[in-house]
Amino acid sequence: MSLVFFGYFGGMVAITSMLVVALRNPVYSALSLLVMLFHVAGLFVILHAEFLAAVQVIVYAGAILVLYLFVVMLLNVKEDDRYHSQWRIAAVVCVPLVIESIVLLSGGAGSTGHDSRSLESGPHGGIAADNTLAIGKTLFTTYLFPFEVASLVLLVAMIGAIVLAKRDFSESREL
Amino acid sequence: MIPISYYLILSGIVFLTGLVGVLIRRNIIAILLSVELMLNATNINFVAFSDHLQDLGGQVFVFFALTVAAAEVAVGLAIIIALHRSRSTINVEEFNLLKW
Repeated sequence: MSLVFFGYFGGMVAITSMLVVALRNPVYSALSLLVMLFHVAGLFVILHAEFLAAVQVIVYAGAILVLYLFVVMLLNVKEDDRYHSQWRIAAVVCVPLVIESIVLLSGGAGSTGHDSRSLESGPHGGIAADNTLAIGKTLFTTYLFPFEVASLVLLVAMIGAIVLAKRDFSESREL
Repeated sequence: MIPISYYLILSGIVFLTGLVGVLIRRNIIAILLSVELMLNATNINFVAFSDHLQDLGGQVFVFFALTVAAAEVAVGLAIIIALHRSRSTINVEEFNLLKW
């Protein structure tokens, strides 16, 4: 059963990653990268890394890809084929989400015996809660210093992005 | 269970695709997207080995890789915007100011 899920997610990851490189329009490339990120999240669910799957969807698909799409729209690369009917993309994004929830629910029901306990967020809850708890404990004990350094990296990146993309006053008066 | 070699092959395919994308694409946004592909390939590897060795360190490292990817995207896109402002193009063949 898990081999079927791996085959689907892995095949889709391979195909969509090739589409990212092959498609000419950067908007389509970014959207196929979005589909690929959802399927990588599915692979994480198979590998019992539910917290990372959630982070993958929220941070990668929610923040990074939106940033890409903003810049693609801002730079106005191709005006002619930028618009598209959106329901196909939405359908392709929905399929891995449905399969992920099926895997999560079946795994939670199988290990704890009844569904209500697996949905609770506690130390003795389902698999997802256990994974998040374990990662939190590891992150804030063993890897506490790298965690603080990561916050510094984010701060430096934020300042750098603002400084790089800032328009000078004289320049903005010319335009 | 799925053998770990399958995950290694998959992440190898994705990494090579990203590498080829960096090498052959001329659109600088597509090049950054290909870098994201390579980062995701390494993330798949990390999580696969984390599950295989029953060690949470791999998953924590993916967390840090995500942080670095977010920083890279923010700075890279800011550089692209600055480049586009000065050259009005995002084709990397036009950026030959530092070419010897």
